[in-house]
Amino acid sequence: MTKTVYNGAWFFVLPVFAIVAFSAVLPLMTVVNYSVQDTFGNNQFFWNGIGWFQELLDPSTELGGRFFEALWRSLLFSAIILMIEVPLGIAVALAMPREGWTVALCLVLMALPLLIPWNVVGTIWQVFARSDIGLLGWTVNHLGIDYNYTNDSIDAWVTLIVMDVWHWTSLVALLCYAGLKSIPDAYYQAARIDGASRWAVFRTIQLPKMRRVLLIAVLLRFMDSFMIYTEPFVITGGGPGNATTFLSIDLVKLALGQFDLGKAAAMSLVYNLIILAICWVFYTVMTNVDAERERVEA
Amino acid sequence: MTGTIAVGPTDVKPAAAPLAANRALSGPRVSGRVVVMTLYLLFLMLPIYWLLNMSLKTNMEITSGLTLWPREITFDNYVKIFTDSSWYSGYINSLTYVIINTVLSISFALPAAYAFSRYRFLGDKHLFFWLLTNRMAPAAVFALPFFNLYSAIGLFDTPWAVALAHCLFNVPLAVWILEGFMSGVPREIDETAAIDGYSFPRFFVKIFMPLIASGIGVAAFFCFMFSWVELLLARTLTSVNAKPIAATMTRTISAAGMDWGLLAAAGMLTIVPGALVIWFVRNYIAKGFALGRV
Repeated sequence: MTKTVYNGAWFFVLPVFAIVAFSAVLPLMTVVNYSVQDTFGNNQFFWNGIGWFQELLDPSTELGGRFFEALWRSLLFSAIILMIEVPLGIAVALAMPREGWTVALCLVLMALPLLIPWNVVGTIWQVFARSDIGLLGWTVNHLGIDYNYTNDSIDAWVTLIVMDVWHWTSLVALLCYAGLKSIPDAYYQAARIDGASRWAVFRTIQLPKMRRVLLIAVLLRFMDSFMIYTEPFVITGGGPGNATTFLSIDLVKLALGQFDLGKAAAMSLVYNLIILAICWVFYTVMTNVDAERERVEA
Repeated sequence: MTGTIAVGPTDVKPAAAPLAANRALSGPRVSGRVVVMTLYLLFLMLPIYWLLNMSLKTNMEITSGLTLWPREITFDNYVKIFTDSSWYSGYINSLTYVIINTVLSISFALPAAYAFSRYRFLGDKHLFFWLLTNRMAPAAVFALPFFNLYSAIGLFDTPWAVALAHCLFNVPLAVWILEGFMSGVPREIDETAAIDGYSFPRFFVKIFMPLIASGIGVAAFFCFMFSWVELLLARTLTSVNAKPIAATMTRTISAAGMDWGLLAAAGMLTIVPGALVIWFVRNYIAKGFALGRV
């Protein structure tokens, strides 16, 4: 399907362009403005050039040190999240019932955590994991394992990871399920005739068909876990110490807590550039996959 | 019917093949699949059950020891929320900006998605990519600039401020989803309608929109979802009059300690709108989550 070249299509896009420019470009310009200035308070600003950026990207300074620590924390968190949620999501999708009323039931129950406000998700897990009144915390402690997410940084990490798995694995599972549903029965019949094993069916039929949706899943999960804010803020508040201070939390602390506008703005821009770069990689891979598929189908 | 009976057993084979194929694939694993699914759903439901359980208890019972179900069921926590206007107005505020945002996002995104799915124009790929990056922009970056911006134009503490701010990530998402669904509609339909003498706006509303109705539903679902669950921006842009329910919940921490029962009841009530919406779109959920791209 070739598209017509028609520059008048810009008129269709104009409203979207206007509203997104209003809510993205305008605020970003403020950020750029702050990032190159310093202040003595009283709304008096003076030019600081690239000073904040130099400080931010130099790990030996206080600002740079905390930025890189938060960055590694965020990357590690996202990596762990992807390593757990993607395989688990695929497994759950493969375990979906094929027909009957149980399909709708499973879908509704699975989608439920996705529609709970993020701070309520935080609250749910904050309560659930407490050792005095929470079922999880109480049970784990009574099994003889010392567990307290407010004191121990490992426990805090485990709590956040389990919370995120609870919250978002369904998204991966639903995406994969949609991919699996699009496989015609004839493929399975052919595989059966060839005497293919369960693993071979998965490798050569199911996985390739899921590739496209898996890319979307990985992209969404990476981005959302990379900018996670509300849930850790509610559960651990970034602590104990700084153990769960991810980039977003650090940024809000810097901007709204300490009101260090220059530093926070510089950090925002670098943060945004990282996201932009990762986005671009995914987008390129995705368009290539699409183009390849169109070639195959043509 | 008589046909199949007349032809006899030889014709039964192809009809039974898909079933047999399914069984061959899942054959001995049927129980395994049920186990995986049951365990997963149990894992999902346990924390929610715990919240429900707590919301039906008195604070005395919550703090005095662990009980798996309420000894004496009390609805006091819920009664308090429904009778205190500072509580229930939070729900109304949240729903107001969520609905404004959904309507805005969809109406802005429809023409744009059509352009992306049908035409090639100057800078289309770059524009699409730029839109996509806004879906991924961290809310934390925008909290402070948005606060300045909406204070400056006098929208601070109104539902419009939150609704417009949420457009930042919902409009790109809606464009992305709708574009996927629209690309599934053959171009011939556009051409036939033009030949039949339909003007473009009439074609779009009368013929095209019904064709992608499920796509519009899915996009609306996602706009609702992401606007409903977001709190950082919603809290930054409101103070009293438009305060969302999720922010009201912090009130349960008082000098007398946590009001756990009330917190749990408020939490339970924030789950309800989402659950209702899911129920309505349950048949489109799977395709919807693939953003129309399977």
